[in-house]
Amino acid sequence: MNGSANRMDGPYPGGAAGFGQAVRNSLTMAYRALLKVKHTPELWFDVTLQPILFTLMFAYLFGGAIAGDVRGYLPIIIPGILVQTVITTSIVTGVQLREDMEKGVFDRFRSLPIARIAPLAGALMADSIRYAIASVLTFTVGYLIGYRPAGGLGYVAVAAALVIVCAWSVSWIFAFFGVSARTASGVQGVSMLVLLPLTILSNAFVPVETLPNWLQWFVKLNPVSHLVSAVRDLANAGTFSRELAISLAGAAAIVAVFAPLTVRVYMRRA
Amino acid sequence: MRRSFPLHVPNAELAVEARGLVKAFGDRRAVDGADLTVRTGTIFGVLGPNGAGKTTTLKMLATLLRPDGGEARIFGYDAVRDAHRVRRLIGVTGQYASVDETLTARENLIVFSRLLGLGRGEARRRASELLERFGLADAADRQLKTFSGGMRRRLDLAASLIVTPPLLFLDEPTTGLDPRTRAQLWEMIRELVRSGSTVLLTTQYLEEADQLADRIAVIDRGRVVAEGTADELKASVGASSLELAVRHAKDLAEARRVVEETLRVRTAAMPESGRITAPAADADRLADLLIALRERGIGLAEISVRKPTLDEVFLAITGRTAVGNREERGTGSPGFAQDHDPEREVVV
Ligand SMILES: Nc1ncnc2c1ncn2[C@@H]1O[C@H](COP(=O)(O)OP(=O)(O)O)[C@@H](O)[C@H]1O
Ligand SMILES: [Mg+2]
Repeated sequence: MNGSANRMDGPYPGGAAGFGQAVRNSLTMAYRALLKVKHTPELWFDVTLQPILFTLMFAYLFGGAIAGDVRGYLPIIIPGILVQTVITTSIVTGVQLREDMEKGVFDRFRSLPIARIAPLAGALMADSIRYAIASVLTFTVGYLIGYRPAGGLGYVAVAAALVIVCAWSVSWIFAFFGVSARTASGVQGVSMLVLLPLTILSNAFVPVETLPNWLQWFVKLNPVSHLVSAVRDLANAGTFSRELAISLAGAAAIVAVFAPLTVRVYMRRA
Repeated sequence: MRRSFPLHVPNAELAVEARGLVKAFGDRRAVDGADLTVRTGTIFGVLGPNGAGKTTTLKMLATLLRPDGGEARIFGYDAVRDAHRVRRLIGVTGQYASVDETLTARENLIVFSRLLGLGRGEARRRASELLERFGLADAADRQLKTFSGGMRRRLDLAASLIVTPPLLFLDEPTTGLDPRTRAQLWEMIRELVRSGSTVLLTTQYLEEADQLADRIAVIDRGRVVAEGTADELKASVGASSLELAVRHAKDLAEARRVVEETLRVRTAAMPESGRITAPAADADRLADLLIALRERGIGLAEISVRKPTLDEVFLAITGRTAVGNREERGTGSPGFAQDHDPEREVVV
């Protein structure tokens, strides 16, 4: 009998998988998700093409109208686009999870002596890499068309990390839809319904002051607006503002509610 | 490198022991009180037509579905309460390929190996070994999308054998395979059992159960309607028949008279092939018959005792002919069915 075989025997010979095994299994599942992406490059369009296209499109489309010139508009729009694309990307988590659970290979995962949470945890881990790619691309394209964030590289990196953390938290909402819905297209539909008002009715693309009063009320309440403001404060001014605290608190609240819900439904179904 | 299974396999005499398993989907009982007992180290066949409840039964045994009633023990461990322990003792190859379509064959095996606790290098080695053994080495780095049904099935089986499981579940492992691949798979299954594993497989093919399984459970509408060795099942249906072929066609009439006189039975003769068929007799009478024929100088080309086929068994037990697969449905003669409901007609 060799080392690996003994490992399966593990510290928990009879009962459920232990924490160490859960982490190892989840990492393997994340590796699998990345292999899938390697073979299906379309899966990366939303984190590669979308940030590039949106950045260019919005900068040149709205730049003149809102700020007078494109360059002046970039400090407003780049954080907006960053948040919008990355948060939108997190929808995919739910849809792919659902598709995956419907496939035959899931039967094998369920019959293996692995931590049952691993397929879910692995999917969420792999998604963080997608968010990172989208963040880097958005900032890069912004830089190429003249965005010079005053906060400097360090604060830009912190801003990107913040967006990744928040998107990861939001992806729990969609993961919840993913594990509870009947079909993958159902997940897509419900998720869009939640996502669109949040990303569009925010301060991501326009200054709040230009909006009618009733809309300002919603926009100011919208957690996405707080996140956008936090990113602007970090990247453009190099300050850790109150918005940052609000964003992180919001992210934590989402995870606190949706992670246990998702895991419960998932374990029941898986 | 032969890998022994890492768990001290419980020294249980029974690999599977299921009592009164029930699973309902809505108000339809897919499995309706199934009992199964599989001895360790044997091949057990679950035989039944489409929709009989084979997959549902297997999934309950393999911890993939929770039974609504009854209980299943795998090597003595409860399939529900001790599911994690049971999962260390089993391998499952589902009816529909339980492998990742978008990945390559090698990547599939590496991912499953890693999940089973093999280290990075070990997982690579094991993957290569299995690909070689299952004749997939040339296709190892192609995505499964491009694989034929047979290749997919073989990979599926390979994935179940990364760590040789004490008990392997195979759901219709050869459905849709060409005869050559089917024979290969049969051989692999036999080899596996020779090396100490237990196999429970489902099949719609009577021949497969006959060739492969030590014991067979015939399942119909979620119930086990017959259980035993292939021979027992055949014997339960009725007597065997004796077949004689005379060497010279001119002897046929004389031979037939001798058979009828010696065995005191009625016979059927087939002049074209020079054959006589009679209900089987006991061995003593048979000896008398052979002597009587020799005394009269009648030469025999062939003599055999033919047992009923499993087809006949199935017909006798369920009142319906079994069908080989989906495509052939409707070829069964509805005239045989005594207790048919219209829905059933579609399922079979
Ligand atoms: N998930 C399910 N939901 C509803 N009905 C099901 C489900 N799975 C199987 N059935 C029904 O249960 C019966 C038995 O199915 P199954 O176990 O797949 O049979 P077999 O594998 O012998 O073909 C069939 O009538 C089938 O339609
Ligand atoms: Mg089936």
